[in-house]
Amino acid sequence: MIDKDKDSYSGNNSKSALNNDLAIYWESFKVFFKIGAFTLGGGYAMIPIIESEVVDKKQWIPKDQFLDLIAVAQSCPGVFAVNISIFLGYKLRKVKGALCTCLGAVLPSFLTILAIALFFHQFMEIGWVAAMFRGIRPAVVALIAVPTFNLAKSAKINLANCWIPIITALLIAVLGVNPIYILLAAGIGGFAYGKYLKPTEEL
Amino acid sequence: MIYLELFYTFFIIGLFGFGGGYGMLSLIQTETVINHHWLSSAEFTNIVAISQMTPGPIGINSATYCGYTTVHNAGYSGAMAVLGSATATFALVLPSLILMLLISKLFLKYMNTPVVQSIFGGLRPVVVGLLAAATLLLCNAENFSSPDVNMWQFCISIFLFVATFIGTMWLKINPIRMICYAAVAGLVLLY
Repeated sequence: MIDKDKDSYSGNNSKSALNNDLAIYWESFKVFFKIGAFTLGGGYAMIPIIESEVVDKKQWIPKDQFLDLIAVAQSCPGVFAVNISIFLGYKLRKVKGALCTCLGAVLPSFLTILAIALFFHQFMEIGWVAAMFRGIRPAVVALIAVPTFNLAKSAKINLANCWIPIITALLIAVLGVNPIYILLAAGIGGFAYGKYLKPTEEL
Repeated sequence: MIYLELFYTFFIIGLFGFGGGYGMLSLIQTETVINHHWLSSAEFTNIVAISQMTPGPIGINSATYCGYTTVHNAGYSGAMAVLGSATATFALVLPSLILMLLISKLFLKYMNTPVVQSIFGGLRPVVVGLLAAATLLLCNAENFSSPDVNMWQFCISIFLFVATFIGTMWLKINPIRMICYAAVAGLVLLY
């Protein structure tokens, strides 16, 4: 299936087409490597940067298609930047292209964290570093609390449906229920609501 | 076999990681800290702090770091721990790769149908709850100390939590800058 796809791109097998092919793998790898290496915080902060690279500069995809892909990549599970890199890689050069861009998106994170992890354990034994992290830890808990409220806003949580996140949080934090079961139940619940309840409400 | 367990755990996290990096963090926390006891709560919070301060998506950063620390905590050497971080990262990305390729190839036209949209609609409020649970679970003595162990550190911790919350939520101060402020406060007040 990959070969068939590739044929449509480099069917004439001439040297320039081959070079052209390698160049696009390298280019797409580079673009996502750059995005992975230079965007702090990740997530939605990356969208304008990705857009300027792949829509404006490289023109790999028209803007309306890019916005569609973003909507899909956001609602699907997984890391957003990785999802979007796979979509674009596939669009350029099918499965091989997707592997290329995915690797580009992941590698900078992987290498940076690895370098830090290799030395961090020694650092933590130093008294003043440990003191810094005693101050950092409560701040990080707040940094996880803030997106809870921002996400509640964008998920349109109101008085009528706020019981869902509250019950979810209590089930996980107090009763120790595995969040994966709750996600499964929510997916099935959403499906059932859309199929059976929503049509009756609209009548 | 710790690598198989790591692979399986992070594959599941990648498969169910709805709601972006922070939604994923709450899954990583319940799996690695609570279910498997691979990391302590304080170690997890340290990892989140470092993942936030380094470039790249927070989900990838923390998976790489958790993979490393898990194998390291199990008593293996550095090279084995590197393999652990590679395992966790690969396992986290694999479901994305499979799903996105399937969607690109076959299902892109179905993503906007009412059925798929209502499934996503059901997930969204639950992901909010997931994040709330992660916050609640992290409010413990390992991150904040406690009044009977160290009253001074506990009060400073509460202050730093409130200050960071207000700073990022309403004053829109950059999170990385807030972490730096907290580090300085820790150095001056808790050393």
